[in-house]
Amino acid sequence: MKRQDDRSIVVRHVSKTFTLRYHRTIKQMSVAMLRQQELSNSFLAVNDVSFTVRQGESIGLMGLNGSGKSTLLKMINGIMRPDSGKVLTRGRIAGLIATGAGFHPQLTGRDNVYLNAAILGMTEAETRRKFDSIVEFADIGRFLDSPVGHYSSGMFARLGFAVAIHVDADIFLADEVLAVGDRPFKKKCLAKMQEIRSSGTTLFYVSHAPGSVRKMCDRLLVLEKGTLGFDGPVDEGIKYLRYDDDDDSDDPELNEESMDEELGADI
Amino acid sequence: MSTPAEATTTKRRVDAPLSPPWSQQGLLEVFSHRYILTLLVRREIAARYQSSVLGLVWSYVNPMSQFFIYYFVMGILFGRAQRTEAFAVHVFTGLIIVHFFTETMNAGTRSIVRNKALVQKMAVPREMFPVASMLVSLFHVVPQLMILLLATWIAGWHPDPYGIVIGVIGLLISMTLGTALALMFSAANVFLRDVSNAVNVLTNFVRFGVPMMYPYTLVAQRFGGHTTIYLLNPISEAVLDFQRAFWVGATSNPAHTAAMDMPPGLLWLSLRALLISLVVLAFAQSTFTRLERRIPERLL
Repeated sequence: MKRQDDRSIVVRHVSKTFTLRYHRTIKQMSVAMLRQQELSNSFLAVNDVSFTVRQGESIGLMGLNGSGKSTLLKMINGIMRPDSGKVLTRGRIAGLIATGAGFHPQLTGRDNVYLNAAILGMTEAETRRKFDSIVEFADIGRFLDSPVGHYSSGMFARLGFAVAIHVDADIFLADEVLAVGDRPFKKKCLAKMQEIRSSGTTLFYVSHAPGSVRKMCDRLLVLEKGTLGFDGPVDEGIKYLRYDDDDDSDDPELNEESMDEELGADI
Repeated sequence: MSTPAEATTTKRRVDAPLSPPWSQQGLLEVFSHRYILTLLVRREIAARYQSSVLGLVWSYVNPMSQFFIYYFVMGILFGRAQRTEAFAVHVFTGLIIVHFFTETMNAGTRSIVRNKALVQKMAVPREMFPVASMLVSLFHVVPQLMILLLATWIAGWHPDPYGIVIGVIGLLISMTLGTALALMFSAANVFLRDVSNAVNVLTNFVRFGVPMMYPYTLVAQRFGGHTTIYLLNPISEAVLDFQRAFWVGATSNPAHTAAMDMPPGLLWLSLRALLISLVVLAFAQSTFTRLERRIPERLL
């Protein structure tokens, strides 16, 4: 086995620049030109990041807000292309880059499950086979046949998560998955992600909660203003980030109790 | 529930090659994602008539109302109905093509911005969205064709094989050019929302720039010998083709009408229009490919 190439994700010298537009209308632009201000300026979101992930590894990605985590994830997912550098992946990618991808508010939960599953690369037969399991996991009861626009944000997220998690993927990307959802659901999600992880899927987990990263991951990447600040064991990484002082607040739920309120509509 | 890091992890062998994660782009690639395309089209159709009592009836009502307005203003008020035989059929055949084309262009232009939730989350060819818009518009052509067939049948239609062939070419022209413009404008609209306003203006030109509310003869008379520019617009040919297919057969003397009211060499003109549309499509694809890379970050 060791001889075989088991690289799952290769990121080599990847950079991504965003253009910030200041002046949108002709009027604003001509005023800016008269004042000799800059018309636009650019912003390096990801700066020369390189790392390699082997199949089955479980990677935590941490960093402050705006450090480029989501951009990096979007490039691994193939939504964005880097300006320079190379991204290579092996096999099917599924992910939770903000749950409920492409849910259409006017369509029912059922129709949206099919659409969302297709977006994540599942065939019709595959979706049909897993449909019951998806619905059971989402646990949205009789809301399945009402438009998702009427769902509470928790139900919305749960349905999205349920679909994504049922994709038989080789690489699973999770971006702030647990931002919505009540405590029992978060528990269920973490358990399911452990299951995915132990099935040998490469896991890429973005989180601000050192507790769940510690449970879930065996390697940690820390992004700092777009550059890779740390790549190594989880505990060291958390120390590096100085996130360990709030170590006791295990899961993200503590500061998000308010989210549970919203789930009042849930049956 | 949590297992220690290394313990139970099974080795998973993935046979796929190490490759860039983004999807192959391009129009042809869209058709290899046929399943998503069908779902998208079905979603559009279903969502458009959600929670409306009349539902699909609206796709009859809209063109019908336009038809009555044009018929009343141009036909009765300006007296075209007396001078042009089966004027109602004449307007309606044109309206089907024009409506299909402008719908494709308008909905297509907005398609990527409107579907930004999907665009930002999935790696599929983004040509998918304008193409889906075109197919949704094409779906709405069907009920209108039904009405047209009924109207021509009442007017005493004599269908002929040449007419059918040329009618199909007409539809192909408007599909190709509609897709091309939808493709180009959908990407451009991400960067400048002015585009969708400009497309609205363009829509007005299309409505009056084709022989729908007036017969082609009128153009030939007024601008005698200078119809080249008028006929360079592929939609003119598409409309003429459809009229050759349906309207000509509905007049009292089809052979005479075809000779009088159709430009000479319509088949060649149509094939040229189709060729022009294909060239525009190729250009649109290359523009799209150039803009497409920066679409996800420019969608707000």
